[in-house]
Amino acid sequence: MIAETFAFGESPVHRLDPRVRVIVGTLFAVVAALADRFDVLGAALGLAVLMTFAARLHPLAVLKRLALVNGLVLFLWVVLPFTYNGTPWFYLGPLVAAKEGIRLCAIITLKSNAIVLWSIVFFSTMPVATLGHAMNRLKMPVKLTALLLLTYRYIFVLEAELNQLVRAARIRSFSPGTNLHTYRTYAYLVGMLMVRAADRGERVHQAMVCRGFSGKFYCLDEMEFTFRDAAWGGFLALVIFFLAIWQWAL
Amino acid sequence: MESHPHIFEIQDISFSYPDGKTVLENFSFHLHYGQKAGLIGHNGSGKTTLLHLLMGLLTPTAGSIRILGEKMESEKDFKKMRPKLGFVFQNADDQLFSPTVLEDVAFGPLNLGKSPKEAKEIALQTLESLDLNGFEKRISYKLSGGEKKLVSIATVLAMDPEVLLLDEPTTGLDMDTREHIIQILNKLDKSFLIVSHEYDFLARTTRDFFGMQKGKIMYYGDSSALHTHTHIHPLGETPHRHNGIAAQEHPHDGHDHAHEGHVHTHEDDQ
Repeated sequence: MIAETFAFGESPVHRLDPRVRVIVGTLFAVVAALADRFDVLGAALGLAVLMTFAARLHPLAVLKRLALVNGLVLFLWVVLPFTYNGTPWFYLGPLVAAKEGIRLCAIITLKSNAIVLWSIVFFSTMPVATLGHAMNRLKMPVKLTALLLLTYRYIFVLEAELNQLVRAARIRSFSPGTNLHTYRTYAYLVGMLMVRAADRGERVHQAMVCRGFSGKFYCLDEMEFTFRDAAWGGFLALVIFFLAIWQWAL
Repeated sequence: MESHPHIFEIQDISFSYPDGKTVLENFSFHLHYGQKAGLIGHNGSGKTTLLHLLMGLLTPTAGSIRILGEKMESEKDFKKMRPKLGFVFQNADDQLFSPTVLEDVAFGPLNLGKSPKEAKEIALQTLESLDLNGFEKRISYKLSGGEKKLVSIATVLAMDPEVLLLDEPTTGLDMDTREHIIQILNKLDKSFLIVSHEYDFLARTTRDFFGMQKGKIMYYGDSSALHTHTHIHPLGETPHRHNGIAAQEHPHDGHDHAHEGHVHTHEDDQ
């Protein structure tokens, strides 16, 4: 369910302290999300592509993930130019394509690709468990990190339970169609899954309470912050800072 | 610590579920230091409820519970005592919630106020003592069913409890894991109470043998005596029904086997 395709590797990025990766990843995402200049976003995308190579990620796997995002972006290209009120650029039957709409589409395309690429490089290069711990160490709210870690742990259990239910339906010759019986069966499956999830939540909590849990999570990982981490972290932060200056001060 | 003879004492407790179903009525039971007890009973006879009451996960409608001599009256009392009672849940997926095995085993010690370094050491030692070396880096959800059970026993032992409470520890396990658990329990220098409906397993791990029926407890005697009392089963080759603590069909395979003949009486041949 969660493949963690990029989590393990031997690149400089993989060796970077997870906390540095989380901070640098977040900073970049904020700057890129707020920026609206073509040159700045172009540079950001270029940097992100560069980092993909630095992380030695498999290009095909990365492209596959990008395709997912760009499917959504493509949808924007179809809709946005014709629904945006602005200077007309060309006509398509009764539809008017606005210049501003097209510009917006281009910016969104650059932005989303840059952010997703950068996130792949800095967030997916560690297992989800490590990400949770890095967030923990960065003093993120405990409830948030606990939610992430517990989701990670139990999403597989839920998947197994769903498969079990689907199998149970299938061995009794259930084949989905476009009819009320199918919809009702699916509704039952989803309902059952929720009931089971709630029950399991209750039992897990009991098991935790039995082992002395009283609402506070403690972290076992002792992450090491080395000179290399400081140098790389400082350099990347500087680059992001430069992008921000370029966008807003130049 | 051993100024009081009992690890826990349950006195005349009653319990009914909100739907009105009464599971236990005037139920009393106690476990003394060093006792290794097995508790057998049907599905729905209240075995798991009993353990949950003992852990303070459920509240009895009447009666009292004492743990290590202290009377349990509020959640606060139970909170203090829970680490002394190592409760191993029936389903290991409920017990193991951390992404990695090491974190899960260290969870209890961390809650008890150990530093991350100490907790890690305790966790590694506990895993080693159960022959689970190298498991610490494993991802919890990727363990097999048997491995999950062994690790969940480790998570509880890491807290160094006074007693182990095991709820149906052999459910769904293969023979090898079952053997491994029997060995672990026999090596363990701790009191425990095992709830199960497997005679063989209880006979090989416990000394005192209790049965639960319709919310009442009965002492069936020394389980080692039960075990050595071997005879050829008269109904070895035909499925039959036993009257008594385990009224279930036994598709016996016909060869000599240890059978607790004097524990229950045989009903008419079918």
